Amino acid sequence: MSTIVTLPDQRTATLPKVSYLNKEYGLKSWLLTGDHKRIAVLYLISITFFFFIGGAMAGLIRLELLTPPSDLLAADTYNKVFTAHGIIMVFLFLVPSVPATIGNFVIPIMVGAKDLAFPKINLLSWYLYVAAGCMLLWALVSGGVDTGWTFTTPLSTHYLNTHVVTAGLAVFVAGFSSIFTGLNFIVTIHRMRAPGMTWFRLPLFVWSHYAASILMVLGTPVLAITLTLVVLERTIGIGVFDPTKGGDPLLFQHLFWFYSHPAVYIMILPGMGVISEVMSTFSRKRVFGYTAVAFSSVAIAVFGFFVWAHHMFVMGISSYSALVFSLLTMLVAVPSAIKIFNWSATLYKGSITFETPMLYAFGFIGLFTIGGLTGVFLGSMGMDIHLTETYFIVAHFHFVMVGGMLMAYLSGVHFWWPKITGRMYPEGVSKLAAVITFVGFVLTFFPQFILGYLGMPRRYAAYPAEFQVLNVFSSAGASVLGVGYLLPLLYLTWSLKYGKIAGSNPWQATGLEWQIQSPPLTENFVETPIVTHEAYDYEWLESKKENEVPTVG
Amino acid sequence: MQHFISPVLWQFLIKWLTYFAIFPPEASTIAPYADALYFFLVAISAVGLGAVIFLVVYFSIRYRKELNPVATQIEGSTLLEATWTIIPLILFMVCFVWGALLYFRIYSPPTNAMNIYVVGKQWMWKVEHPGGQHEINALHIPINQPIQITLISQDVFHSFSIPAFRVKREAIPGRYNTEWFEATTPGTYHIFCTQYCGTLHSQMIGEVVAMTEEDYEAWAAQSTSGNSLAQNGERLFASLGCNSCHNSGPNAHGPNLANVYGSHLQLKNGSFVTADDAFLRDTILNPTMHEVAGFAPIMPTYQGQVSEEGLIDLVEYIRRLDTQYRIDQTIDNSAGQPIQTGATPPGTSAPALAPGTVKQ
Repeated sequence: MSTIVTLPDQRTATLPKVSYLNKEYGLKSWLLTGDHKRIAVLYLISITFFFFIGGAMAGLIRLELLTPPSDLLAADTYNKVFTAHGIIMVFLFLVPSVPATIGNFVIPIMVGAKDLAFPKINLLSWYLYVAAGCMLLWALVSGGVDTGWTFTTPLSTHYLNTHVVTAGLAVFVAGFSSIFTGLNFIVTIHRMRAPGMTWFRLPLFVWSHYAASILMVLGTPVLAITLTLVVLERTIGIGVFDPTKGGDPLLFQHLFWFYSHPAVYIMILPGMGVISEVMSTFSRKRVFGYTAVAFSSVAIAVFGFFVWAHHMFVMGISSYSALVFSLLTMLVAVPSAIKIFNWSATLYKGSITFETPMLYAFGFIGLFTIGGLTGVFLGSMGMDIHLTETYFIVAHFHFVMVGGMLMAYLSGVHFWWPKITGRMYPEGVSKLAAVITFVGFVLTFFPQFILGYLGMPRRYAAYPAEFQVLNVFSSAGASVLGVGYLLPLLYLTWSLKYGKIAGSNPWQATGLEWQIQSPPLTENFVETPIVTHEAYDYEWLESKKENEVPTVG
Repeated sequence: MQHFISPVLWQFLIKWLTYFAIFPPEASTIAPYADALYFFLVAISAVGLGAVIFLVVYFSIRYRKELNPVATQIEGSTLLEATWTIIPLILFMVCFVWGALLYFRIYSPPTNAMNIYVVGKQWMWKVEHPGGQHEINALHIPINQPIQITLISQDVFHSFSIPAFRVKREAIPGRYNTEWFEATTPGTYHIFCTQYCGTLHSQMIGEVVAMTEEDYEAWAAQSTSGNSLAQNGERLFASLGCNSCHNSGPNAHGPNLANVYGSHLQLKNGSFVTADDAFLRDTILNPTMHEVAGFAPIMPTYQGQVSEEGLIDLVEYIRRLDTQYRIDQTIDNSAGQPIQTGATPPGTSAPALAPGTVKQ
């Protein structure tokens, strides 16, 4: 397999003398920084920490489910473990994953700005994230919480004696971290684009983050309200959700899913942005149907707000509202299909190479397609009755969130690693990790579709014996998946010191972030760039290379 | 083969693999309809996924850098965009219509369905047959007879799922939900609670026993507690003092309840409401929720005084007041006079329970 990496000669190569990493030293220079790139690195470290805690919880779940009875973990421990897994992975990993790390790092550079619009709010966002993480860790070590990540009332308000209030407030705080990130992106993308950087010259990564940011800013406050009501109901018994006080427990479901369905698009849209960048770069070709891909992100964001009640088809909502929500669910599937076909068509007549980010992107396309199509199963009202609340749901959202989003995240981390650190990751072992992750993932989650159709309910610590074989496959896959996730942690850390020096544009990509040194200066650009070309204009890149002498390396 | 591995392991493998389920039994009239849609969805998914994999793999091989060193820049194609917008849209619309038809089939009970009440609580299912059979975590039903389940929860959300019948519905505190099915094959099938409901969620399981009609009748005859739900309801009606107002005497303060079930009532705000299970339950617990035109709102609330089972008994009693009850009547209940057996003084919270009733 060929590669497009053009590394500087390793004997003479040096990292740039001044960059955002070495401009200032000391803990204080990091903890009080306003630099979006340093904040991105802080986020990268903290979400990696929480990812491995959440992953360890997933490992415990799969170990417990190796055998039918609840023998390794008692039922209440199991409930606490899957709750911790869900809350950590959703609120502390998936929601901030791509936006707060990669987005934070590259969006200002992509639009040609020195920083985000509100650097201090950006830093505050990270502190809120850390505060939320600490509160949640406190809730876990002081006895745990067993509501499930969905905080279903009246279970969470009246029937549990665990740390629901602490966990609820942790998610509340994490929500504000997300709102601030979204706010920063929206203002930056509107107001801080470089001269010549029109909306339709923006990389698709920026478009997808813009769509996700709108969802964050409009959706997350509803989650905050909902959790506040849960906390108030639990502490002073206001009775909004309590039927004995005239409240309506279904209202909680409406409010919760009004955020939590758009939240899945908050999670997946930034990942889709990564895939657009990676597919284009490694095909050496502009993204097929740029406007279609850009507007499909916006369409997902708009339709995404009006599908929430498809989580409630079996709860006794009126049949007519179920009809409307099912129809809208079908409509929101279309923009995702458009994206998949456009990415596939991007390969057509390209000049394709297969670096690690591309392998992860291929994994994303296959797994996200399965995840999306099984979403159609669940959007189809009659089918949903049998499938909802079973392992089919678990498999579906793991295909979208892990097969889709986590693949995209890893693709993005590898793709921008040379830009963030100035060094390359080792290509051989990282390709191996990509393949291991893919195989482990399919082995873990594909059997769960079959389990789901058999009727195995989710959140069961114990299950009937006839489900064991498929669960053993799934647990075996999880151990493979664990290896797939540990490898990048090891070799990426190794590459910080021993990786080859990357140079400014190892992938020969067209984005503005690749036209500056790696790692970038604190101000990103020496002088404000003037944009005269479209996104993904490889001919412009060729002519630029002919007219310029590379200065970094 | 078994000579090469340990006999214990061999036995284990045999047992393991014979248990291996891959597709659930089709044991209700709905199941074939649900499975047909499932196979359709699997088929279009396979075609869609196949198309994407084919494109990605074929282009990756055909246009890899060795074969195609220079990429050809292509802007896009409106025609192609329209194609891959419209074709998925049409397929998804088919799924929508088919799914909607199936939904209405699953959630529209036939009029001749036999009604069984199910109350969910942490962590068990309590089944109340109108004939006075009470079961915990078990449900005996005849095959070839539509069964309607009227579901409610007395604490948190639960969900009553029978995978072999492809039906499921949430049991929600404070409101009746219904689901129905008609079993086709005798056998024992899982009941799962599929909505997470706390510590022992995974033990909130039970069995549906689908039996032939003769077997069912034999079971029903020997399992009855002796008093039907309506009879329990009558005792409770008397012990709560309901009949002091809801009687047919000249000084009655409340409406006469005979024939009230299923009728259309006009409310004070002018709207109409059907007096169904949910309406009766609401008016017992929260009388001011629906104020019926022509009556003063003087009824006290019975919130906290009647258990979910007691409410079911009362509903069953009231719904039969027009037809069957007068014929089935086994105990004397002249208006205004509390009955002798099982009566408790008015105002006590404990409902009168017949002998053999399972109290939880």
